[in-house]
Order: sequence, then structure tokens, then C-alpha cells
Amino acid sequence: MQSIPIEHGLILAGVLFALGLVGVLTRRNIVFVLMSLEVMLNASGLAFVVASARWGHADGQVMFLMILTLAAAEVAVGLGLIIQMYRKFKTVDIDVLSEMKG
Amino acid sequence: MQDLIWLLPTFPLLGFLCLVLTGGSLPRKIVAVIGAGSVGLSFLSAVLIAAQFLASGEDYFVKEVWVWMAVGEFTPGFNFYLDGLSLVMMLIITGVGFLIHLYSTGFMADDPAYSRFFAYMNLFVAAMLMLVLGDNLLLLYLGWEGVGLCSYLLIGFWYENPDNGYAARKAFVVTRVGDTAMAIGLFLLFTQLGTLNIQDMLGAAQQQWAIGSPLAIAAALLLLGGAVGKSAQLPLQTWLPDAMAGPTPISALIHAATMVTAGVYLVARTHVLFELAPTVQMLVAFVGLATLLMAGFTAMTQRDIKRILAYSTISQIGYMFLALGAGAWSAAVFHLMTHAFFKALLFLAAGTVILSLHHEHDIFKMGGIRKQLPIAFWSFIIGSAALAALPFTSGFYSKDEILLAALAVEGPGLLLWIGGVIGAFFTGIYSFRLVFVVFFGDSQGHQEVKEEAGWTMAAPLMLLMVLALLGGWIQVPLDAVFSSGAGHEEAPVSLLVHAVMIAAPFLGIGVSYLFFMSKVFDVDKLMANPLASSLHRFWFSGWGMDALYQRIFVNPFLYLARINRNDLIDSFYALLVSITRTAHLMLARTQTGYLGWYALSMAAGLVLIISLGVML
Repeated sequence: MQSIPIEHGLILAGVLFALGLVGVLTRRNIVFVLMSLEVMLNASGLAFVVASARWGHADGQVMFLMILTLAAAEVAVGLGLIIQMYRKFKTVDIDVLSEMKG
Repeated sequence: MQDLIWLLPTFPLLGFLCLVLTGGSLPRKIVAVIGAGSVGLSFLSAVLIAAQFLASGEDYFVKEVWVWMAVGEFTPGFNFYLDGLSLVMMLIITGVGFLIHLYSTGFMADDPAYSRFFAYMNLFVAAMLMLVLGDNLLLLYLGWEGVGLCSYLLIGFWYENPDNGYAARKAFVVTRVGDTAMAIGLFLLFTQLGTLNIQDMLGAAQQQWAIGSPLAIAAALLLLGGAVGKSAQLPLQTWLPDAMAGPTPISALIHAATMVTAGVYLVARTHVLFELAPTVQMLVAFVGLATLLMAGFTAMTQRDIKRILAYSTISQIGYMFLALGAGAWSAAVFHLMTHAFFKALLFLAAGTVILSLHHEHDIFKMGGIRKQLPIAFWSFIIGSAALAALPFTSGFYSKDEILLAALAVEGPGLLLWIGGVIGAFFTGIYSFRLVFVVFFGDSQGHQEVKEEAGWTMAAPLMLLMVLALLGGWIQVPLDAVFSSGAGHEEAPVSLLVHAVMIAAPFLGIGVSYLFFMSKVFDVDKLMANPLASSLHRFWFSGWGMDALYQRIFVNPFLYLARINRNDLIDSFYALLVSITRTAHLMLARTQTGYLGWYALSMAAGLVLIISLGVML
């Protein structure tokens, strides 16, 4: 079976990561910020999987499983916070919540 | 019983702790019982210990309680040393102290800070007992500073009035000058003689130092500095008249009977050092002489009843210093004791007068109150008679001894004696001026006044009257303490000398009578004379010492403080502060509260770090 070259996989991961970062930086809706964060997490997961396929090693896949659990936990907490935020401020725009400045 | 000597300072200390830890929440009756009772217990044990000590016939007794600290060879302890001198002092402190505590329970009855008052008083008694019973100079110094602290706290007792706070600070700072000299003296003694235990130290000094050696002179001078500050002698006497801002029982206990005589005790305790430095001892005599004359002049011109008594205290301590300088150690301690009796009596009686006249201090606004205040009147008659040293009162015997000792001094003896007799003449004038003006003469509208004296105030006055009258018959057991001195043999003194000494106070009383009773001479006419009135102003201000110190010490110091406010070192620290503040403001601006901004700076920082890591 013809294997995908490692460079392709890494480039895809890099592109995904950059997209996610741009989303985090530019989005004002906090739900989309959270989703962009998920994209970034999956990008790093993809890099692990690609690397483990290249070296024929299971460690990368173990790492991806851990990232998956972590992401699930993070989303649970994050969504909870978003619900609280919406209840309190009636908005999901993060730039409105800029009271804590120095 | 002697082994329990540590109980003496412990009782009042426990009383202090009880009162201070309950923070004024106890009912007044209990406060009075704790406050006066602790000193009363202390007095009882002092009497028992004294009886046993005198019966044992020993010269001294040491009780080691515990070691305070041990640094190499230096192991000062909480050790108590009892001999004739500390015996007399401990009985005065606890005895007179108890009477004054008892009086205070009545005098302070309406004061809101009743508990605080007794807490400080008890702490004072504990510290004072520590001072006289300590067997080493460090313990003495602990008590010395302790009584200074209590004096400060009690002068400023009515702290709502800023003037009282000022008087308290003045007393603290002025005595601090003397205390510093004394501390340096202790350092000198320790480095030279290797011990602070008083008896060991005195023995070592006698062996190592020749008479008149520079070190002995320096040590004696420094100790004299401490004594002069505490006992309000020239040139550090300015704090005592202002110290009258405190409640009257304080003036009686601290600023007449006990604390101000601590300097006399110190010199008497270390008299061996002064015998090794005859020039300093002569200086002591002249300090005493100058002080007693200066204070005598000033006392004649004052109007405030308590200030008159304060200056007379300074003057009487001057007599004690005169006696110390003349080498008549036991005469000095004897006068200390009789003075404690009659001056406590006078102050407490003055307190009764002041309380009955609703806090009136000006003697010229009293007048003709002998019928209304019989107890205070008789207290003043007896106290003033003892103060003026009329024959057969207690003051007569002690002052007699002092003047005879002064006359026996080789060299300036006659000068000292004449000065002392002139002082006795002044004492007669000012003490009976007070009596004539306050109790005789025209009434100033106080007919309706009633004597405010319950039994707690009357009983101490009665007892002190008896002591002031008969205290001269008490034999003080000091022969063993001062036996190391040369011992003055009783030179035969001509009858003329005795006649002059007896006549001097009577003359003074006569002058006072002519001015203030029969009005043969008129004070106002005398004041019309410009010389007399300017002299009066000069004496009234205490020889201008306050103004002088204000000019040469206080004002330059304030000036230095003002110009030093912006000095180089200060501006360096100010610069540090402003740099930190600017940096803080700049960093605070980056904290916008926008989430995207934070994420961006994190990402940028990460990129920066990684690229740096890659490049290097």
C-alpha cells in the first residue's frame, strides 16, 4: 500500500492549526472561538498520528487519545461557562466583556 | 521568707497583666481591689522580708531566680540583691506606693479610664522594684527604662489634650539624653571590668582603677548623666515641671516619691565609682547646689500649685545630690525617704484641693479654704513644715545631716553650706507662700466648697502626716552598705552653725508672712519695679531654660529635618519609586480586557521564543 508522505500530513496539520489560530484571534462570537480551539487541538492530534505512522510507533496514537479526552473535558467546561455568560450578560460577544482591564 | 523576694515585683506585675488583658471590662470595685491590693500584698511581703533580714543581722542577701541570658562569660540573671539601701528603697516604694494607690481609688473614681490607670501604676511599681532590687546593672537598666516608659504613659494619661502628649514626649526625650549616657557608661564598665554585677563590678573597679584615673572619671560621669536625667537635675531638669500634666497621684508617686529619686539611688549604689573619681563627686555636689538654688528661685514665682511642688521636688533632689557629692551617702538616702513622705503628702493634699475646687490649679484663685478643707489644710501645714525643715519634723533631721556633711567637705565646704542654707531660706518662703495664699487670706468665692475625700483619700493623708512628722526618728540601716567609704568623723560644729540652720527656714516663713499674710510688703508694688518684674519673669520661666533649649536644640533639629527632607539619598529612593510606577502604568495599559488581544500576545510570544530557540 502506497503510504502518504509525512510532509503532506504535517503540512495539513500546520494549515489546520493556522486556520484555528486565526479563528481564535479574529472571531468575536465565543462559540466560534471555542470551535477554532477544537480545530487547533485536532491539528496537533493529526501531527501526532502522522508521526506515529511514519515511525511505526504507538506512542503518537496514545497521545491523540489523550488529546481527545482533554478536548472533551475542555468543551464541557467551556460550554458551561458560555451558558453562564449568556445568562448573565445576554450576549456571546467576548469584546463586550472587557471590564477587567488594568 | 527572704527566698520569696521575687514576689515583690511579681504581685504588681500580675496586677498589671490582669488589668491590661481584661482591657477595662472589669467593674471598678474589682479594678480597685486588684490595683491597690497587688501593691498592698507587695508591701506586706516587703515588711516580712525586711523584718527577717534585719533579724538575721546579715549585711546583704542574694536570691538568684533565673539566668536571663548566657553569652559566653556574660550571664546576667534575674537576681535580687537585698541590703540596707535596697531595703529602704523597697519599703518606700511599696509603702508609699500602696498609700498612693489607695488614694487613687478615690481620686480617679470618676475617670473613664480607671482600669488603664491602675494597670500603668502597677507596671510602674513592678519596674521600680526591679530597679532597686536588681543585682546587676542590666536588670537595673531594665527597671530604669520601665519606669521611664510608665512615666511617659502616665504623664500623657489624659491624651485627648495634645499639650499632655507634648509634655509626655518632652519628659521621655529629655530623660533619654541621660539614659543614653548611662547606657554608654554600662558599655564602658562592661568592657573594662568584664561584669555588670554591681558588687563584683565595684570590687573590680577598686582593684583596677586608681583614684582619679581617667576611666573611673569617665564611668562616673556617664552614670551621673543618667542620674541627672532621671532626677531632673541641671541641665536636664526641664521635663519635670511639665510632667505635672499627669493626674496628681502620678505626680506624687512617680514625680516626687520614687522615680525621680532613682538617680540618687543609682549614685548611692555605685558610690565606690564616685569615690574613685573625686572630681566627679565634687561635680555632683555643685550640680545639686546649682539645681536647688535655681529651683528655689523658680518655685517662689510660680502660680500653679503643682508646678510649685514640682520645683520644690527638683530643689529637694538637689539637696540629695549635694549630700551625695559631699560623700554623705546615708544622709542622701535618709533625705530621699523623708522627702518621699512629706512630698507625697503635699501632692496628695494638693490633689484633694484641686479635686474639691473642680480642677483649679492657680493658687491665687483659691484663698481662704482652710475651714472647708481641714484635712488638706493640716496636710499642707505638716508637709510644708517638713519641707521647710522646721525642728522636730522629719525633714529637719535629714536636711540637718546634709548641711553638716556639706560643711565638712574639704575645700568648698563653706560655699556648699551657705548655698544650702540659702536654699533652706527659699524653701521656707515658697512652701509657706503656698500655704498662706491657698488656705488663708481672702476667699475667692469658694465658701460652698466641700472636701471631696472619702476614707480612701483621707486615710493615706493621715498616715503620711504621721510619717512626715515622725519619719525623722526612723533609723535607716545603711551603715553596712556605705562602710567602704572613708567615713566622715563628726567634726564638732559650733552652736552658731546650728542656730543659722534652724533660723533660715523661719526667716523664710517670716518673709512669706509679711508678703502674703499681713501684707506689710506689697507684691504688686514690688512688681512695679522694672528690675523686680523682669527678674520675676526670668525666674517664672525656669531661668529661661526651655526657651534656651528650644533655640539651641529643638529649632536646629527641626531645621535639619526640614532641609533633609529632599536630600540625595531620598531622591534616589524617590527615583526608584517613580520608575516602578511608570513601568506599572505602561504594563497596565496592555491589560485591555479583550480576549483576542491576550491570545495574540501569547501566540506572538510563543513564535518569538520558538524562533529564538531555532536560530540559536
